[in-house]
Amino acid sequence: MTHAEAPTAASPTASPPAPPLAEAIGLRRDFDVSRPLLARLVAGEGRRRLRAVDEVSFAIARGETLALVGESGCGKSTVAKLMVGLYPPTGGRIRFDGAELGALASRRAQAAYRRRLQMIFQDPYASLNPRWRVRDIIAEPIRAFGLLPDRAAQRARVAELLTQVGLAPADGEKYPHEFSGGQRQRISIARALASAPEFLVCDEPTSALDVSVQAQILNLMKELQRQFGLTYLFISHNLAVVRHMADRLGVMYLGRIVEIGPAETVFATPRHPYTRLLLEALPDLEMTGRARTPVGGEVPNPIDPPPGCTFHPRCPLANARCRAERPELARHGTVEVACHAVEEGRLAEGAALPVAPAAGA
Amino acid sequence: MPLLEVQELRVEFPTRRGVLTALDGVSFAIEAGEVLGVVGESGAGKSLTGAAVIGLLEPPGRVAGGQILLDGRRIDGLPYEQMRRIRGREIGAIFQDPLTTLNPLYTVGQQLAETMLTHLPVNPAEARRRAIRWLEDVGIPGAAQRIDAYPHEFSGGMRQRVVIALALCAEPRLVIADEPTTALDVSIQAQIITLLKGLCREHGTAIMLITHDMGVIAETADRVAVMYAGRIAEIGPVRDVIKHARHPYTVGLMGSIPSLSARVERLAQIDGAMPRLAAIPPGCAFHPRCGHAFARCKSERPELMDAGGSSRAACWLHAADSASAMVAGAPREARPGDARPGDARPGAARQGVADDAR
Ligand SMILES: Nc1ncnc2c1ncn2[C@@H]1O[C@H](COP(=O)(O)OP(=O)(O)OP(=O)(O)O)[C@@H](O)[C@H]1O
Ligand SMILES: Nc1ncnc2c1ncn2[C@@H]1O[C@H](COP(=O)(O)OP(=O)(O)OP(=O)(O)O)[C@@H](O)[C@H]1O
Ligand code: SF4
Ligand SMILES: [Mg+2]
Ligand SMILES: [Mg+2]
Repeated sequence: MTHAEAPTAASPTASPPAPPLAEAIGLRRDFDVSRPLLARLVAGEGRRRLRAVDEVSFAIARGETLALVGESGCGKSTVAKLMVGLYPPTGGRIRFDGAELGALASRRAQAAYRRRLQMIFQDPYASLNPRWRVRDIIAEPIRAFGLLPDRAAQRARVAELLTQVGLAPADGEKYPHEFSGGQRQRISIARALASAPEFLVCDEPTSALDVSVQAQILNLMKELQRQFGLTYLFISHNLAVVRHMADRLGVMYLGRIVEIGPAETVFATPRHPYTRLLLEALPDLEMTGRARTPVGGEVPNPIDPPPGCTFHPRCPLANARCRAERPELARHGTVEVACHAVEEGRLAEGAALPVAPAAGA
Repeated sequence: MPLLEVQELRVEFPTRRGVLTALDGVSFAIEAGEVLGVVGESGAGKSLTGAAVIGLLEPPGRVAGGQILLDGRRIDGLPYEQMRRIRGREIGAIFQDPLTTLNPLYTVGQQLAETMLTHLPVNPAEARRRAIRWLEDVGIPGAAQRIDAYPHEFSGGMRQRVVIALALCAEPRLVIADEPTTALDVSIQAQIITLLKGLCREHGTAIMLITHDMGVIAETADRVAVMYAGRIAEIGPVRDVIKHARHPYTVGLMGSIPSLSARVERLAQIDGAMPRLAAIPPGCAFHPRCGHAFARCKSERPELMDAGGSSRAACWLHAADSASAMVAGAPREARPGDARPGDARPGAARQGVADDAR
């Protein structure tokens, strides 16, 4: 309580920031999606590989929230699972508080690490053991890490957590199936908060919640961050929620980060054509009965990604270079963008995008 | 005649701690080709309402009162086999938890084909062709290549879309969609909404769309029902409910939507929590959290009543007082701002009004 370092951490202007708490360096993850051997032999085809995450790098400072957004299937959950060590990376490294994750050979070191981070999963029901009472589900991390040896203290902590997420202490007696979808999601949030982690990976933490409960949970998360300097990796497809929570924002497309920077800046002046279209596709309450324009064109197949910039088939600015050469992240002020058009200054900042994707050829 | 009609539905859970009433007097109707949005706080009873309609209440939950009519025919309490035929063929369901709907042991393609073979006059080759088409329709890239994948090989949003395809592939007349787009980004969301609306328009499919996403409701629904503590608090045309909420709960609900245009330090939240089923307050279930509650709210339960425009709200603020009662049922739309709980003042006059709930 005496050291007062937390408040400065989130300041966006601090140029030489504190060493990051969590870091991804060139992360890559492949999945084997081959058909069964027999079917492959019949069809005469080889193994198929899907690169779910490709060269993803970011750093999250202590007390900061990095949000990841991007189309369904672009690799957000895979990044999340890599960060908490649920999947081993195919390539690249993860550092937590200066230590390399893969190098934590001893069980003791890994357990110590795991206590400091928690994950809220995208599928709340699947992550709750149906045969356990809710109070045991929530107390599990407390017991596993021996945080509160005293039973009465455990019970009090569970009751406190249930109340914080808008449930009642008496709900601890029940089983997961007795709860509604949003209530289950809150149980998994309470569980994730139980061990007072420093780093919380939240995969769609409020997707099943109505706006009022969502507001309560988001307020709670911010409050905890302010009080204890919590660090979040926050995944959500709800851009209004992201806007509310994020200090920094990473935009993913087909396994790669295409734009990353301070959230305010990315929201105010999105540069990558995908980011721009994403922000335009937002629904809003003024639109009763009106159709919105989704990001046009077909979502590419990750098993067989387009060459060059993977966004080029849908991009209004694509040219020959885009179709051949993959753009790397390059710095523009506080933001990094992977786009040839942005790098070449083909489109003035703030100017409107052409409507239709530039036709083939 | 509406395609679906739910009248005074009551659902109970007998437990060791006594009988819990999870739904209490829920009534609404959906016409063919219409989308009824259902919104409300977590635990309000939205999913249970859907589950009751398709006869999939988890025991010990049971329909303890009221009736459910499909095309004028009662479908609550039908024998299991009969209900199973209606499910899938006449009513398609998209459940809130995609993982629990999908069988982890079968590929996505097998599950789609199986559903069509059960309900439609198609052969296996045709079923597979259609399965790929459906996957394309819900926006799975490389559908032909990925049809033989198992559910766990799909991302959360992809699984949700497989569940949508499963619910639609037998071409049902009524679709119960429970949070169909929660795991989807806005652009895929738009594609799914376009798909659902197309079905309504072209095939007259009726949709009960359960979601907490007001953006989706605004774009998709014709009418909206707002649920609170197992009851309908307000029901009306989508524009009215969003722009001129009549029930104080709806007003609070609309106020807590985070806005894209302004970043505030704290989101507005409705103070307090929804009551637990074991302790639903007497009178209006919302009264302990309501800034406008007056004596009557605490003792007497409000039924849905005309609340201006075509909206109906279960709130005593809208009880016809002597003045408006004299206008003999004329819609009270005229005065702008009228009936908005933010403006309405529950004065002594209203408290004195004689009981005219029915
Ligand atoms: N098997 C059960 N036993 C006891 N109570 C139950 C059971 N299933 C649901 N309930 C209760 O019924 C109420 C309504 O649940 P329902 O799933 O319909 O909520 P919902 O409106 O869909 O909420 P959400 O938005 O969180 O999904 C909840 O309070 C829930 O706890
Ligand atoms: N275990 C697995 N086996 C094969 N493919 C997988 C596996 N897990 C993920 N994938 C594939 O990797 C890609 C990225 O999946 P991921 O779950 O990370 O997406 P996401 O960005 O979280 O999407 P969503 O928003 O829909 O949850 C998808 O194409 C998915 O099918
Ligand atoms: S690199 Fe080319 S194709 Fe890719 S986003 Fe930029 S302009 Fe579009
Ligand atoms: Mg995901
Ligand atoms: Mg539900």
